[in-house]
Amino acid sequence: MTTLELQEELAKLYNKNASHIAEDTSELINKHRQQAFEDFKRLGIPSKKNEDYRYTDLMSYLKGEYSYEIAPSKFSVDLDDLFRCDIPELDTFIVLVLNGFYYKQNNPVGLPEGVIISSFAKASIQYPEIVNRHYAKYADTKLDSLAALNTLFAQDGIFIYIPKNIKIDKPIQIINIGFSFKNLRITRRNLFVIEQDSSASLLICDHTLCPRSFITNSLTEIYTGDNASFNVIRMQNENGNSSQISNTFVYQEANSRFSSNTISLHGGLIRNNTFAKLNGEGALNKTYGIFFGDNDQHVANYTHIHHAKPHCESDQLFKGILDGNSTGAFNGKILVDKFVVKTQAYQRNNNILLSKTARMNTKPQLEIYNDDVKCSHGATVGQLDENALFYLRSRGISNQEARHLLMYAFADEVIADIKLDPLRQRMNEMIEKRLRGELARCENCKVHHLGN
Amino acid sequence: MLNIKNLHVAIEGKEILKGIDLTVKLGEIHAIMGPNGSGKSTLAAVLAGRDLYEVTEGEVTFEGEDLLELSPEDRARKGIFLGFQYPVEIPGVSMVNFMKTAINEQRKFNNLQPISATDFLKLMREKKEVVEITSNLTNRSVNEGFSGGEKKKNEIFQMAMLDPKLAILDETDSGLDIDALRIVANGVNKLRREDNATIVITHYQRLLEHIIPDYVHVLYRGKIVKSSGKELALELEEKGYDWLKEE
Repeated sequence: MTTLELQEELAKLYNKNASHIAEDTSELINKHRQQAFEDFKRLGIPSKKNEDYRYTDLMSYLKGEYSYEIAPSKFSVDLDDLFRCDIPELDTFIVLVLNGFYYKQNNPVGLPEGVIISSFAKASIQYPEIVNRHYAKYADTKLDSLAALNTLFAQDGIFIYIPKNIKIDKPIQIINIGFSFKNLRITRRNLFVIEQDSSASLLICDHTLCPRSFITNSLTEIYTGDNASFNVIRMQNENGNSSQISNTFVYQEANSRFSSNTISLHGGLIRNNTFAKLNGEGALNKTYGIFFGDNDQHVANYTHIHHAKPHCESDQLFKGILDGNSTGAFNGKILVDKFVVKTQAYQRNNNILLSKTARMNTKPQLEIYNDDVKCSHGATVGQLDENALFYLRSRGISNQEARHLLMYAFADEVIADIKLDPLRQRMNEMIEKRLRGELARCENCKVHHLGN
Repeated sequence: MLNIKNLHVAIEGKEILKGIDLTVKLGEIHAIMGPNGSGKSTLAAVLAGRDLYEVTEGEVTFEGEDLLELSPEDRARKGIFLGFQYPVEIPGVSMVNFMKTAINEQRKFNNLQPISATDFLKLMREKKEVVEITSNLTNRSVNEGFSGGEKKKNEIFQMAMLDPKLAILDETDSGLDIDALRIVANGVNKLRREDNATIVITHYQRLLEHIIPDYVHVLYRGKIVKSSGKELALELEEKGYDWLKEE
């Protein structure tokens, strides 16, 4: 299958189902589809000739037979019984998304007044003003065809709204589930709006529940108002047959603080594109990630941090551990506009290759159009430190254990940034299991026990 | 306990040790001295199992067993300890986790249950006193940001924790001020017993004012050219190494 054939197939799929796809979303959403369709047709599926996808061979993961569901899946199993995430001492407002659709239309209870956590489709009808103010405002469908594709097919996902002056201590948690009896294409669309002087943290867990292949196209738009604070921790843990392309667009107002920590634990293809626009003075952006690859997995992180106003700071840190035939890519772009002075922008990407066949491509891309900027970037690709390894072994620690300690330590720099103690602990446990080659799963999360 | 016979060692085809003979018995302290580049650190590294070096000839037995056949970790578990000249910084691995793992691997090797949390903390507290470590090691990463003196103290602390039969201290005195030198030497002396042994590798005599050796060996161009009692160290201090070259 060529990129063109896939493009035609998807266009056909849309044309056939257009009216159904637009059925449950409001006109605010639907009015963007036509433009997205044109963008998608013009841009096509990115091939390796596309500079941004040079190291991500999308087609080798996206080809094949996949079904598409234009309505929420119906199962006879009791999902409430299955989806029980109990990270000790971590109490969250929890919502579930099954194959791209909000699962059960009842919102979490006990939310502070005015806070909304709901289905994206439903929100587009119930809260048109908020949705209209933000939807498709940050995601540029002209730049990325997969963003265009998402806007074309967007039906559901999660909508979060935190009004002014609200600080939610209890984290919000979204569990994205892939579960099907057939290989499935999934589209997910999220919109998170954190208004002025508010703060919240969000945990996103991506799981597949069965060994079927899933191709997920996920797009999230995030708005942080003046002096707002939003922290997103994401754990991507899908089966090795599945592909996930995630576009995240962040728009930050003055003095807002946005941080993300993406833990790509497992998956066939994981491609994360993060676009951030720092559009108010004093905004702070932290984009962190740690990824693991083995077998034939591919993990790619693309960032695009745009400093559009002076006195902002951005900090990127991505670390990767690759084994087997896995491949990874990091492309970190920092764009600082003219007259955007007193900018601080940092970027670092460190990678460890555990096998001779694992490969990593890393590329910093700095475009800076003024002189009053503090900026640094660095990238390394290497093996485990032989001196450190010998030091540990000389104390009686086995070679294998010493390697685990060093890999774990390598990951720690990213994980240490997670502020929620129970969650950080859980992530550490998951990573430790992952490094030991055990199936990384939360002990009590019943989600996994069905599929594997 | 340790028998080195005609040991030849090369790195990348270049011979560094050219026939070392050395016997160390329980209760003894041996000092190995010599100018830079004589092969002192190579000897230490080979005994600890560093695989950068190739043993081309000779044999080493430890308690009757072929040492050269063993992995670095097995040598450590059998009671060999190397105090590094340049202790390695390992960011992200905490001292506590490091020591706990090391102790438990040793215990596993001796068919013992893992150490309990309270016993471990007690042991840490006790052994920190040996080298007068007052800072909180618990949350610090292995050697990360340690001063030169702290790193060396940390080596002796680890030695105290692991209680080896044979400790090989490679230039433990280098880079130490006089107070740190005293503390490190005291630590070594406190750990000295009738049922263990120590090899002290040093360039200068000053460490041997604090750790009194039973034997002093001079290593020069890959060979032990002279062995004698502790008075040899003083002679070296006085005359330097040049007179040996002529002999």
